[in-house]
Amino acid sequence: MSAPAGKERHAATDGAAPLLEVRGVSKYFGNVIALKDISCRVGAGEVTCVLGDNGAGKSTFIKILSGVHQHSEGEFLVEGEAVRFSSPRDARDRGVATVFQDLATVPLMSLWRNFFLGSEPTVGAGPLRRIDVKTAKRVMHEEMAKMGIDVRDADQPVGTLSGGERQAVSIARAVYFGAKVLILDEPTSALGVKQSGVVLRYIVQARERGLGVIFITHNPHHAWPVGDRFVVLNRGRLMGDWDRGEISRDELVKTMAGGAELDQLTHELESAIERPAAPG
Amino acid sequence: MSQAITPPPATPAPMSVVDDRLSEVGFVTKLLRRPELGALLGALAVGIFFAVTAESFRTLSGMANWTDVASTLGIMAVVVALLMIGGEFDLSAGAMTGTSGLLLGLLTTEWGLSMWPGIVLTVAFAAAIGFTNGYMVMKTKLPSFIVTLATFFILQGVNLGFTKAITGTVRVAGLADVPGANSAEILFSSTFWEPHNFRISLIWWIAITIAATWVLSRTRLGNWIFAVGGDANAARNVGVPVQRVKILLFTITSTAAALVGIMIALRLGSIQAGQGIGEEFTYIIAAVVGGCLLTGGYGSAVGASIGALIVGMAFIGIQFSGWNTDWRFLFLGVILLMAVLVNNLVRSSAEGARR
Repeated sequence: MSAPAGKERHAATDGAAPLLEVRGVSKYFGNVIALKDISCRVGAGEVTCVLGDNGAGKSTFIKILSGVHQHSEGEFLVEGEAVRFSSPRDARDRGVATVFQDLATVPLMSLWRNFFLGSEPTVGAGPLRRIDVKTAKRVMHEEMAKMGIDVRDADQPVGTLSGGERQAVSIARAVYFGAKVLILDEPTSALGVKQSGVVLRYIVQARERGLGVIFITHNPHHAWPVGDRFVVLNRGRLMGDWDRGEISRDELVKTMAGGAELDQLTHELESAIERPAAPG
Repeated sequence: MSQAITPPPATPAPMSVVDDRLSEVGFVTKLLRRPELGALLGALAVGIFFAVTAESFRTLSGMANWTDVASTLGIMAVVVALLMIGGEFDLSAGAMTGTSGLLLGLLTTEWGLSMWPGIVLTVAFAAAIGFTNGYMVMKTKLPSFIVTLATFFILQGVNLGFTKAITGTVRVAGLADVPGANSAEILFSSTFWEPHNFRISLIWWIAITIAATWVLSRTRLGNWIFAVGGDANAARNVGVPVQRVKILLFTITSTAAALVGIMIALRLGSIQAGQGIGEEFTYIIAAVVGGCLLTGGYGSAVGASIGALIVGMAFIGIQFSGWNTDWRFLFLGVILLMAVLVNNLVRSSAEGARR
């Protein structure tokens, strides 16, 4: 799985171990094989897209990466070191942060409160220990500015933001609290076309800041413009693993939909459409 | 590239970007974002109304009267508001005030304890009940509504049953003669500012409101209270100890109920077995009038206090105006309905405006 020559973006990771790598990972729930023999990796400044239809094993895969589940077989390496996360918190401490779809922010709370929730900066001691609101707001402004978002009002409730902006808050927060690898769980699935574009830009932004991004999606059209590597899952198994340039967008769409199955479907649909036209 | 985050469309914010971005949010927007605004306007309206209909309402002695009613109610409304912001209910809070007063009475008049050890034991007992409430809600994952409803009925039964079994009546009396009663009365039930006689509970109420406001707006715990009520799952995902925060809130609510029970028992020197029954709803009404959402995650301590003030003004105002006091229930119902409608608007503008 070495990167082809002439791709500078991968140069940094060719020598060193990738930020995150799984080798031959499987996951069994009782006698159900949820995942079988999955390998994939992401380096600094790279986006690895994990694609798959519903039931392909994407959520099981993300839960292993984020520390919710543990893998049954195979190797899970972070910066070359074998790991076994016991919780999402454990994963976060190792620099692997997951932005779960729609479970990352509290809508009624203000931007700055959401940004620091669970890790509030404080000043003072004893009963006078309090949140350092000034620092919190300033840092939030700065971090959001790095994402290209100009926050006007730190007290604005997060619920009044658009879906894309809310994803941005989660991403900015994860980056600020030391994430090296960002795992994004279907960040575009609930969004419209324009908002999806906004989120894709944030992904590019995170990549350019040197993070490794694992982008999980069922939409090849969202994966294609930002991905450096594409991993396609189907029914818990690895369907294929390509670097950018090794596969065209159409091939990617086709593989995702199950290749031959899609041809068959197209064929059936075409004949179904033609049939009523023939007698008439 | 810059996807500027703008306030909700309904608000007139200037579009130009200047350095101090906070000043761009209009004063009106900031005001509307405060949960206690509606309650404040309501309090003004109710206050002016009764000041016109009843002469004694607008004197300082009249004020001592309605702030007295509002104070014990307000202490409970504030802690119930914290619990509601944290996304839970406590229907046993009213009965708990009775249980605490009765326990203190029995400990001191029947079982020979002097006042201060009795008070310490009562508070500890109440805290344990609150902890149990919270623990059961967390472990069973049942709605707190149903768990504390059970606690409510258990306490109500225990209050009546024990009191009758031990004293042969439905009240415990004679607290004023217990050793140490005098010093306890100074702290919990004395009056100040002759000749108007404001109750010391007013000071407790104001202090607790200030403390709760501080906690909510400036401490990590406050941030966590909003988070566990707003979206417990999201809070857990970022490492907030959801269960501990909620159990703490239940414990605080019960402890405050003990404080109020002790105040009432010491004030009258006796306490009825039915004390506090039905008041749990008044606390919740005061909190909701003060801007707390029934769904959690939003509200304020000051708002709950203003809600309690409205209820206190209405109870005394109706009496001073010479009307039948039964009308106060109608009044409570109407202000609750109005408050819920206003809160609904607030919530939709805060949560769903630009999805």
